[in-house]
Amino acid sequence: MILFFILACLSVAFSLAVVFQRNPVHSAMALVATLFLVAVLFLTLDAPMVGFLQILVYAGAIMILFLFVIMLLNPGVLERRRVFWWGLGSMGALLLVFELAALFSDVSPEDGRVSAVAEGFGSPEMLGRTLFRDFVLPFEIASVLLLVAIVGAVVLAKREE
Amino acid sequence: MVPLNYYLFLSAVLFAIGAAGVVIRRNLIVVLMSIELMLNAVNLTFVAFARALGSMEAQVIVFFVMTVAAAEAVVGLAIILSIFRHRQTLDPQEMLQLRW
Repeated sequence: MILFFILACLSVAFSLAVVFQRNPVHSAMALVATLFLVAVLFLTLDAPMVGFLQILVYAGAIMILFLFVIMLLNPGVLERRRVFWWGLGSMGALLLVFELAALFSDVSPEDGRVSAVAEGFGSPEMLGRTLFRDFVLPFEIASVLLLVAIVGAVVLAKREE
Repeated sequence: MVPLNYYLFLSAVLFAIGAAGVVIRRNLIVVLMSIELMLNAVNLTFVAFARALGSMEAQVIVFFVMTVAAAEAVVGLAIILSIFRHRQTLDPQEMLQLRW
C-alpha cells in the first residue's frame, strides 16, 4: 500500500514535469521516468511480462526514437507560454479527472473480483498461450500494421530529390 | 492489497495530464509524448482490471496497445520530420495550409 502511494505520487509528479518542462529533452527524460514507474506498478499488479515489455519497448526503443528526433530538430527557441491555452488545458484536465473519478466510483471493490490469481499469472508463458490461442488474427494484423509503419516512415522521412 | 479503484483513479489522473499536455503544448514532439502518456494511462487501467478479474485477455490487449503506440510514434515522428524540413517550425499553430 505504501509502495503504491510512493509510486503514484512519483509518477504523477514526473508526468506533470512532461507537460510543464519547456525544454523537450527534459520532457522526454521525465516521460522515461514515468514509464519506468508505471512498469513497476505493472509488476505490483502481477504482470511481470507486460512490465518488462514496457521498459524494453517504451522506455527503451520509443523514447530513444523521440530523443533522436529532438536532437535532430533542435529549433533553438523555447516555446512561448500562452495563458489562454494553459487555463483551458488545466480546466479541461480537472473536469476530465472529476468525470473519470465519478465513473470509476461506480466500480465496487467486490464484483467479480478474485483475491488470488493462478500460478504463473502474467508470465511470458501465460501471455504467449493467450496471445497465440485466442488472439492469432489480431496478432497477424498487428504485424501487418508494423510493416505499414516501417514503409510509411521510410517514405515520409526520405529526402525529396 | 491495493483496491482496484486506486489504480483506476491514478490512471485517470495520468490520462488527464496527458490530455492537458496535448492542449497546452505548442511543440509537436511534446504533443506526441503526451499522447504516449495517455496510452500508458489506459494500459494501467487494462492491467489493473486484468489483475482484479484474474484474466489474461487484458494483458494481451496491452501488448497490442504497445504495438499501435510504436507504429503511431514512428509515423508521427516521420511526419514531424518532413514538416520541419518544409516549414522550419514545430508549432502546430503555424501549420495552416489545410485550414479553410
